[in-house]
Order: sequence, then C-alpha cells, then structure tokens
Amino acid sequence: MTSATYHAPASIAEAVGLLSSDPAARIIAGGTDLIVQARAGRVKPGAYVDIKRISAAIGIRSFEGGFAIGAATPCTALLEHAALCAAWPGMVEAANLIGSVQVRNRATMGGNLCNASPAADSVPALIAAGATCLVAGPSGERVIPVTDIPSAPGRTSLAQGEFVVEIRLPAQPSGGSDAYLRAIPRTEMDIAVVGAGVSLVMDGGVCKSARVGLGAVAPTALLVEAAAAALIGTTLDDNALDAMGEAVSAACKPIDDKRGTASYRTHTAAVLARRAALIARDRAGAK
Amino acid sequence: MNDMSGKPQYRVVGTRPVRPDGIDKVTGKAVFSADHFVAGMIYGAILRSPHAHARIRSIDTSKAAALPGVKAVVTGADFPALKSMEVDLGEGGGDIVDMSVNCMARDKVFYDGHAVAAVAATSASIAAEALELITVDYEVLPHVTDLAAAMADDAPVLHARMRTKGLDTPSDKPTNVSMRFVMEKGDVAAGLARAKVVARGSFSSAPVHQGYLEPQACTVAYNSDGQVQIWASSQGAFMIRTVTAQVLNLPIADIRVTPLEIGGGFGGKTVIYLEPVAVLLSKKSGRPVRLAMSRSDVFRATGPAPGTICDVAIGCDENGIITGAEVTFSGSAGAFPGSGTHPAAVCSLAPYKIPDYRIVGHDVVTNMACTAAYRSPGAPPIIFAVESIVDELAGKLGMDPIDLRLRNAIQEGDPSPSGVPFGPIGLKEMLEAAKVHPHWSEPLEANQGRGIAAGYWPNFGGQSTASVSLTDDGTVIVTTGSPDIGGSRASMAMMAAEVIGLPYDSVRATVADTSSIGYSMLTGGSRTTFATGKAVVEATEKVVDGLKARAASIWGVDAGAVEWAGGEARCTAQDKEGTLSVRELCGKGGPISAEATVNPPDPGPGIAVQIVDVEVDPDTGTVTVLRVTALQDVGRAIHPSYVEGQMQGGVVQGIGWALNEGYVFNAKGQLDNAGFLDYRIPVASDLPMISTVMIEVPWPSHPFGVKGVGEAPICPPMGAVANAVSAATGVRMHHLPMSPDRILTEVAAAQ
Repeated sequence: MTSATYHAPASIAEAVGLLSSDPAARIIAGGTDLIVQARAGRVKPGAYVDIKRISAAIGIRSFEGGFAIGAATPCTALLEHAALCAAWPGMVEAANLIGSVQVRNRATMGGNLCNASPAADSVPALIAAGATCLVAGPSGERVIPVTDIPSAPGRTSLAQGEFVVEIRLPAQPSGGSDAYLRAIPRTEMDIAVVGAGVSLVMDGGVCKSARVGLGAVAPTALLVEAAAAALIGTTLDDNALDAMGEAVSAACKPIDDKRGTASYRTHTAAVLARRAALIARDRAGAK
Repeated sequence: MNDMSGKPQYRVVGTRPVRPDGIDKVTGKAVFSADHFVAGMIYGAILRSPHAHARIRSIDTSKAAALPGVKAVVTGADFPALKSMEVDLGEGGGDIVDMSVNCMARDKVFYDGHAVAAVAATSASIAAEALELITVDYEVLPHVTDLAAAMADDAPVLHARMRTKGLDTPSDKPTNVSMRFVMEKGDVAAGLARAKVVARGSFSSAPVHQGYLEPQACTVAYNSDGQVQIWASSQGAFMIRTVTAQVLNLPIADIRVTPLEIGGGFGGKTVIYLEPVAVLLSKKSGRPVRLAMSRSDVFRATGPAPGTICDVAIGCDENGIITGAEVTFSGSAGAFPGSGTHPAAVCSLAPYKIPDYRIVGHDVVTNMACTAAYRSPGAPPIIFAVESIVDELAGKLGMDPIDLRLRNAIQEGDPSPSGVPFGPIGLKEMLEAAKVHPHWSEPLEANQGRGIAAGYWPNFGGQSTASVSLTDDGTVIVTTGSPDIGGSRASMAMMAAEVIGLPYDSVRATVADTSSIGYSMLTGGSRTTFATGKAVVEATEKVVDGLKARAASIWGVDAGAVEWAGGEARCTAQDKEGTLSVRELCGKGGPISAEATVNPPDPGPGIAVQIVDVEVDPDTGTVTVLRVTALQDVGRAIHPSYVEGQMQGGVVQGIGWALNEGYVFNAKGQLDNAGFLDYRIPVASDLPMISTVMIEVPWPSHPFGVKGVGEAPICPPMGAVANAVSAATGVRMHHLPMSPDRILTEVAAAQ
C-alpha cells in the first residue's frame, strides 16, 4: 500500500509548484473533509499540500473597505473579529454552523467552498454576500466570484495547480446586513437539508439591493436573482416575501435523498429564505 | 432498620458514591476492546458483501494469501458444519447455525455488510490491501429490505427451507415469515362489539440501531495446545465463551474470555460477530489477532432493532373502561429469525386490564443485518402504536389521558400477560404522581403539544454467581461475572457494604474473566442489579456467617450468641461481652470468602410513564422537545444517580427513535446512512434536561426490593412524543421516525 507524502510550503509559489507537479496532490487546510474522505477510501491523495504556513492564506485583514479572509483560517477565528461580525453576521454564522465547535476549530471556509458539497453551509452565505476568491495558479493570480468555484457535487472549476488563497468580502454599505438559515433535523452537527442566505441593503424602509443564495437544492449552491428582484424596491411586505418565496422554490432543482425529499427541500427553501430576509432586514435597521 | 413510615433506613443503599470505573473513563485511561494490545499481535480485517442478497459462486483468496505480511486467510469453508440448535442466551439467542453463518457467509450473503472473508496481517494497512486482492464471484439475487414487501407472495425468499411456524393450517410454501405468534384471551370480537367507542390505526416504524459508541472489537490468542484466550467487551463474557465454543466445536473450558470496559451495548452486545473469526485467524497464523469493526461495519453488520408495522384497535365503554383490544404486528428480523415477537406481544397491552384481546405477531426475515436485542427488544415500536391508540381513545371520549389510563391500569393481583398475577407494581402510583406533577398542568403556547404514554417490560432473572472475599486488613473484594454496563460495580459494592456493615470505600467490585468466577448469564433483561445483586447479597451473608462463626469460636460461645451489626460481631452471651471488627476477625485465622450462585425465576416488572412537551414548527416540520418528565417504578434505587441515568438514557434513545433515527436503504438494498452523520441520534443540544421521578414500590424477592430499571424507560418515549406531536399539529402521527418532512406530509395529507 502506497502512502501519501506531506508538504507544508511557506509560499504561494511553492504550493503552486507542488500542485502542478503532482496530479494526485490535494490541498489540505483543516482537513475536516479530506481526512475523513481519505480514511473512508473515497479519495486517495498522493500528496497533501498544507497551506496553513502560507501567511496570505491565514488570518483576516481589512481589504478595500471589506475583508480578505485567508482560505485556511479556521471558522471559529471569524467569531473573534468584531468588525467582520458586525458587517457580515450571517456569513459568520453560516461558517459557524459547520460540524461541531471542535471541527470548526480546524475547518475553514476555503475548504468548505472547495470541497464543493452542494450542502456546504458557508457557500450560500458567501454567494449572498457577493464574495470573491483570490485564486493562485501556474499562470498567476485571478479573482473570481465564489459562485464560479463549485462546478458539480465534489468538483470545482479550479485548474490543475490552482488553489484558493483568500476569500474577499466587499464593503458592507450603510443600511446593509445579512442572515443565513439552514434546515436540519437536529440542532447541530448535521448537514443542511436546505440552506438560505440573504444579504440586503435597506434605505428608509425600502430594500435597495439584495442577493439570495441557496444551498442543498441543486448540484451547486445557487444565486437566485429573481428572488432578489422580488425584494428590491419593496418594504419586504408579505406580497414581496411571497413573490421571493415563489422565485426561490422555482429555482430549486433538488433530489430525493437520505437527508430529505425534493418536495421538502423546495418548500422549506422558501420558508427559510423568507425568514432570513426578515432577520437581515432587522439587522440592517438596527444599524 | 425501620422508621415510623415503615421504609427501611439504609446506610449505603440509596446514596450516590462515585463509581469505581468513573475516573478511568473520564480521564481516558479505561481500556476498551480496540485498545487492548498483546505482544506479538497482528491485525485482522474482514471483507464484507456489497450486495444485499447474492449467491457466492467462488472466493479466490490466493493473491491475498501471497501478499507479504499476510499471515492467515479465513472464509466460510474454515468453519465447521453444525447441526441446527436453539441457543437461549436469556435476552437474545437463536439457532447456532444462523449465528455461525452470520459471523461468516457460506453459500449466500444475506445483507450488505455480511462477512465473506477475513485476513490477518502484520499491519492494518497490509490487511486492508489484502482484502482488495480477494475476488468473490457473486450471483446477485433479487433482494428485499422492506418489511411489507418481504411478506408479499412474490417476495424474494431468503431461506429456501423457511416455512411459517405457528400457522393454524401449516403451509409448505417457502416464505420470509418465520413465525406467527398468537396471544389471546376471551373473545376479542365480542369485546370490541361491547365498546361504545373504538379507536383504530395502522402504524409503522423504521429499523433503528442501538447506537453504542464503542464499535465491536476483540483480541484472540489461540495456543498450540488448543486453549483460547479472548479479550473483548460485551454484555456477557460467558455468552462469548458459549457461542464461540459452539460455533467452532471447541470444549467450553478451553476458552477463557476476559471482559474489557464496554462503551455501551443497549442489547446489541448480547451476540457475537468477530470472535470465532479471530480464533480461526489466530489458529492459522499462530499469532494473537485483533479484529475491530469500523462505525460503518457496526451499522451495516450488527443487529439493529426491527422495523415494524402494527394495526391496533381498542374499544371502551362510555366510562372509559376498555372492553377489548386487537393488535396485529410484524417485525423485520433481518437476515435470520428473531425480531422479538414474543416480548412485543407480551408487552403490547400489559399495562391495562382488558377482558378480551387478541395479539398476533409475525417475525419476518429481510435482507438487512440480523436484528439483535435493543432495550426491551421488540416491544417499544408496538407500544408506540398501542399508546397512540389509547391517546386517540381519550380524545374520542373527551377524557384526560391519565384518567383513561388510571381507569384501566393494572395493579397487584391482576393477571399479568403470562397469567401469573402481578406482584407489587406501581403503575397507578405513577399515573397519580403524573397527574399532580406541575408539568401536567403547565400552560402550553401555540404549536406546542403535550403527550403521555406508559410502557411495560417484564424484566429477567437468570443465573448469576458472585464471590465475596475479605482481605487481611478487613477490606472487601466483590467479584462477579456480569459486565458493568451501567454502574453495576458501584451497586454491587454498595449492596455488599450494606450487608456487611462497612463503608462503601472499603468494598471494591471487579468483573472477573470466565475462568475465575462461576457462570453468569449476560447483562441484559435489566437483570444484573436484581439477580447478580442477589448473588452478591447471599455471598456477603455467607461471609458474615463465617465471621460470626469465627467470633463465636474466639469467644467460646454458640454461634447463636453472636450478633452482627454495624460491621462488627457483638457477643450476646450473658456472662461475656465484647465486639470484634472485620479486620480483627480476619487477622485471626486468615481472610474469609464465600461464593453464591442464584437463578431467581421471579424478577420484578419494569414499568414507566413519561410526559413530553414538544413544539412543532408548522412551516418546516421541525420538532423541538421542550420538556420531559420520566416516571418509573424502580423498586428500590440502590444508586439513585445511575437509576436516573437509565431513565434519562432511555428517554434520549426513545426521542431519537421517535424523531430522526431510522435505517435508509438505497435501491440496491445497501444501507445508505451507515454513520452517525446520517443516522441521527440526538445530540445534547437537541434535548432539554430530563426530569426523573422515581417511584419506589419494592420487589419482595430481592433483599433490598430491586426491580430492573434498564429497559422500561425506552418503552414510553415514542408514544409520548407522537402524542405530543399529534396534539401540537392536530394530526395523528402514524410513522416513525417523525422526521420534519414526514410531519409536513402527514399534516398536508390530513388537510
């Protein structure tokens, strides 16, 4: 039985070099998905490239009025960043619904995104927030929307040698906030049956802009522009929320599986999006 | 010993000392099965079937055997052929041939996860690689995992020779229904005809797993002289010894089983899976072998509790007096018969006086791991159905559900399901305590509901041996053969301390290996504190007799002139006086010891009542359990904290069973949720603090009045939760688990 090698590069260039030279190499940050999958025999990495020693991949910093979060930053670290929690409370909550506290002390949003599970909790919230990623690779660096990373369950659009270095959140405008809710049969330590993230900006009681992200209702997390459009220009009255719910349900393309039925997912996505929109509105108004 | 109220006053019994294994378990020092290490040990691994039902045409292990580091390969061909024979293990049991085939498949595999071959190698990774080199040629057969489908006329038949036992007219048709069992009294049709109100319903439940945290594992050393040493956790080291000997045709005395700490069993460790395989691997390799299951192996290949379908009809007169009841149910036994049909039938209507009833149960094999005992095996999902209908009946009558149960509750002297009159049983006491409990009258808010249910389990007695040895300094060692699964070492030490009159800390309790203590039936049937406790009390009394005899000889008086009290001998002869302590007596003539073996046929019954409040989110179907009050007739609580722990644990497992647990099979018949992520046992944040009310109605045939408490508390929760959900939603729930999508579906269907 062959055993995998382990590398802990200190620079982006070194990591790209290792990834480019070995097609069987896999990025490891917290390892909370990858190690479990390897132990179960579902993946067989030839090498682990640990990015936790790359300074750009660790920590939270201010960036262009918003934030840049190193892809290998553990989820619980987000809770300790007061400005980030104030600006994007829904996104921080979403990242801190993953697994258990012990898991989140290791698990990262970068890993949650690149594991490409359609049920990843942080991804609909990042989509709603309009987050982007800094991707490094053999041909240099590029910035792409979070929405473009997952391409199918367990698959990403990243080319060989590429990896996500950091996740960038835009500046939160005045009157803006966000919220994320998920449905699970338990209270924690579970995988979303449905997830819904809503980000919006309120001005004088009217919704100026909005983004709605959904998880676990399609092969990849969705940005539902029609749902956002149903909110923009309204006071989030019942008619607007009903219209948003209809747009959310219409966008769902779920499957029946052991975690929930397609009809339950379609129904509950609308319920959660509606509730999340109201929480985000209340948070925005409290500012 | 008695105060004015007549309740005995004990020094040790009823207190809450720290359990002797507590520190090791909290600090991680305790050695569980997979932690055990023996010098020279190698590592076993088992290849398991990916098919739910298939014929094995051939197995080629040659490449695996040739891999460097591989020391042994075993298949079904290495197992001796056996004659069919029923093995009674107290709780559980079955045919020895089935037990052998369940350890290792022969010509067919009966479920996804069925063992087909095993290897032992110098490292775990070599063993894993060797498994990949084994080629099994399967002829995949049609499978059936669903209970109702398995009973259909055109169902794939698992066992070609199976015919239904217990039919009024015997049939020669091959079938998956292994048995039909009928229990009846009077004329059920007349009973139901006399009723003014009849409630009926059809219910079902998914198979569930015991969910113990410690996967099965064992280490085995086969010596060249034929003697075998086994180290393993289980609910019965003697059970491992007996079944391993019978599966392998070995003399029982050649096998010595040393029990290790057990990480939960709940009935699931009353059967063996690995030990005979490990014996054969050790014999072939000449090395000690450790075999350990993964979590996925545990879910796929170890016994779940059966899935069920159950039709219930209960009728009563205008005053709420039950006139007749009919219960017809089936349970999925998995690969081999034994879904707990008898106990399910016995328990289903036991709490109520019913003049005319008829209970019909069916045991049905399916392409699922063979079921094993799980706390009150067979009974809980049938009790769920009955308690739902009792609730429905109360609703139709406009009667308080406690009042309806009180009007029909059994009490001492009423006939039990076996026909023998009930002894002291505290059902009415519990229902009356529930009625005045603040919980029962606390106001509820919108979308909230309250449910109540009762549940009965007969408990078991059985054979137990205990020895009590004094040491030179007067401290005491209590040795039993009953694995400690719920704090029994503490309880044994407490009972011995009470009898001999010494402090708890002067008594140490251990669990011995099978060559160091006489036979004890496994820890199951809620029997250990009752039966093994009785053996401990008898052995301690013998030791006290020995101490008194020695004191008498020292004093030169008749034994009758020595009284034992407060941990010392006192001379009552007129012309002499004095006292001698245990230490003084042991110092003169050496330590004293004694052994006792008991086999009490008359255990006290288990009976419990629970009140549950829930809130149901009407938009998502999510259930939040708000409050639980668990009442139980505990006979006498030796260690109240561990009794409360049993009650709370039963509630937690029952809430899981009610709301989210359940086996999910894919289209190929493979278990689709073989892990704790998707097999959803409750997590701590799912639960409120569970209040307990211990009602002590002592049982006369135990020296302290003990009734077994381990199983009754899992009987009421599903009915209580379902009745609460039904109250919150206004819609009767019929299927377990009541997952969020199931609740929304049932509510939508009703509207």
